[in-house]
Amino acid sequence: MADEQGRHPSRRAFLTSAAALGAGAGLAGAARANGPDPLITEVQDWARGFGEGVDATPYGLPIRFEHDVIRRNVEWLTADTISSINFTPIHALDGTITPQGCAFERHHSGAIELAKPDYRLMVNGLVDKPLVFTYADLERFPRENHVYFCECAANSGMEWAGAQLNGAQFTHGMIHNMEYTGVPLRALLQEAGLGPAGDLSDKWVFVEGADASSNGRSIPMEKALDDVLVAFKANGEALRKEHGYPVRLVVPGWEGNMWVKWLRRIEVMDGPVESREETSKYTDVLADGTARKWTWVMDAKSVITSPSPQSPITHGPGPLVITGLAWSGHGAIRRVDVSTDGGISWQTARLSREGESKALSRFYLDIDWDGSEMLLQSRAMDDTGYVQPTKDQLREVRGLNSVYHNNGIQTWHVKTSGEAENVEVS
Amino acid sequence: GESATFGIGREALPEELAAWDLDVSPDGTGLPEGSGDVATGEELFVERCAACHGDFAEGVGNWPALAGGEGTLADEDPVKTVGSYWPYLSTAWDYVHRSMPFGNAQTLTADETYAITAYILYSNWIVEEDFTLSRDTFDEVEMPNADGFIVDDRPETEYAKWRAEPCMEACKDGVEIIRRATSLNVTPEDDFDVN
Repeated sequence: MADEQGRHPSRRAFLTSAAALGAGAGLAGAARANGPDPLITEVQDWARGFGEGVDATPYGLPIRFEHDVIRRNVEWLTADTISSINFTPIHALDGTITPQGCAFERHHSGAIELAKPDYRLMVNGLVDKPLVFTYADLERFPRENHVYFCECAANSGMEWAGAQLNGAQFTHGMIHNMEYTGVPLRALLQEAGLGPAGDLSDKWVFVEGADASSNGRSIPMEKALDDVLVAFKANGEALRKEHGYPVRLVVPGWEGNMWVKWLRRIEVMDGPVESREETSKYTDVLADGTARKWTWVMDAKSVITSPSPQSPITHGPGPLVITGLAWSGHGAIRRVDVSTDGGISWQTARLSREGESKALSRFYLDIDWDGSEMLLQSRAMDDTGYVQPTKDQLREVRGLNSVYHNNGIQTWHVKTSGEAENVEVS
Repeated sequence: GESATFGIGREALPEELAAWDLDVSPDGTGLPEGSGDVATGEELFVERCAACHGDFAEGVGNWPALAGGEGTLADEDPVKTVGSYWPYLSTAWDYVHRSMPFGNAQTLTADETYAITAYILYSNWIVEEDFTLSRDTFDEVEMPNADGFIVDDRPETEYAKWRAEPCMEACKDGVEIIRRATSLNVTPEDDFDVN
């Protein structure tokens, strides 16, 4: 019985059942129509016998009924799965903290296994004394905790030329948001001594990982001394292997590529290295063929996570929760507006709590859906007053080949059936 | 530094620094001794690189092309290669040395890296067939797209415009759907057999 009742309909199953029931026939309405509900009037197995003992699952996974809340890959995006990307199931999550087990991955030479005893972190270059730290050393520095989003520079990149992938997970899921515990990068630099660097304002740090790709990136000293963290815990526990275990860089508000995983070396330098990841990649081609480099900050952005193509309306007309995520690399989200008519008119949604700097915010707009078609959009505003642009506004400045940094407004076409589709509107 | 230190960590040894501090800067700082010519590079490339990148560095299947695409950056579909796009030779040397071949990185000697880099340059018609790359000849190489990059100018070109109170009512006359994702049908369909 639990098997039957607990199942979530797949999208395909939904389409079939919605057609069978006809528009407006809510699944939840069935009990009312058929008299007393046996789930209430009959004693269920779980109300009679035992559940699992406390030793059954020393470290648990989600209940099996949530098996579709998983990372997904889009095979055709990359040549193989080693230097590739997968996507967080944001369409199915709520609140702001991303469960680590389904938080997206992006590797350039795979997720390596690096044990704490084998871990070494080197700080060298223009410092008084080049240093080597063990993992245990890092845990002896004063710690901080902060919640930040990590968004891949390429999030929504496939949508530059038009609506392509049908689901918030695929269009906006190269993102996660975690509470990090770590040591400010500043503390490690001070430990090595910044004396010989002289005037620090024009210095840079080069950071790289222990994996074969190394993922080296250059960061200006001002940012390095500001809020960059050398993190070893996320959401309360050690980093996951695929997220950089045992140590990663956290670069608040800046493109995910710079959040170097399996961090092994920090070098203070006179100038940027201009590594592969900041020349060939993570540079943004403009319409005239020139390219922007060092586009570090992720601008204000939002997306409605439900309803959305993977999260259709299944309950028919009436009360409907429209919800989504908003974030900005410049600071806190101050406001999110939602449109149900493709941007003709807007209403200000409710933030579930005051926006936090460089972290995901959750918004809600509770409406009474009359069952008619909607063109849903959300529009974020951050505390610098920046308003999330439309895709056309972005294209007007940048053209179609920037690849990265697409923070344009997303539109979902909600049909009378409750099904939703990724579209673009005039 | 001005702040107190904790006395955590120990001094890095010269051998350790030499093993890990491999980055090469645009002015050539970080390049080791050594050299390699185009012909040697071609042999090495065919043996170690061509299975993915093609005999002429033109790319195989979905694997990156390292050559070609000159003059395409403003086209509808730009072809971004070492020759058409990369601004600095240092990056090619550094990346090949540290992270290639894919799956067997850090197996190329300095001489081999010089030779393979020379061959990639030749494949892009940036150097002649008899060219030998070394620290001494590094400065002679002119990368075609060296001036193709500008520092992030969003503060001027975008933020100035978009930090304004947005429209709330009657923001446009009408609205029309102009593109649909389902017309492409490229989204993975998972046929969940839930539970």
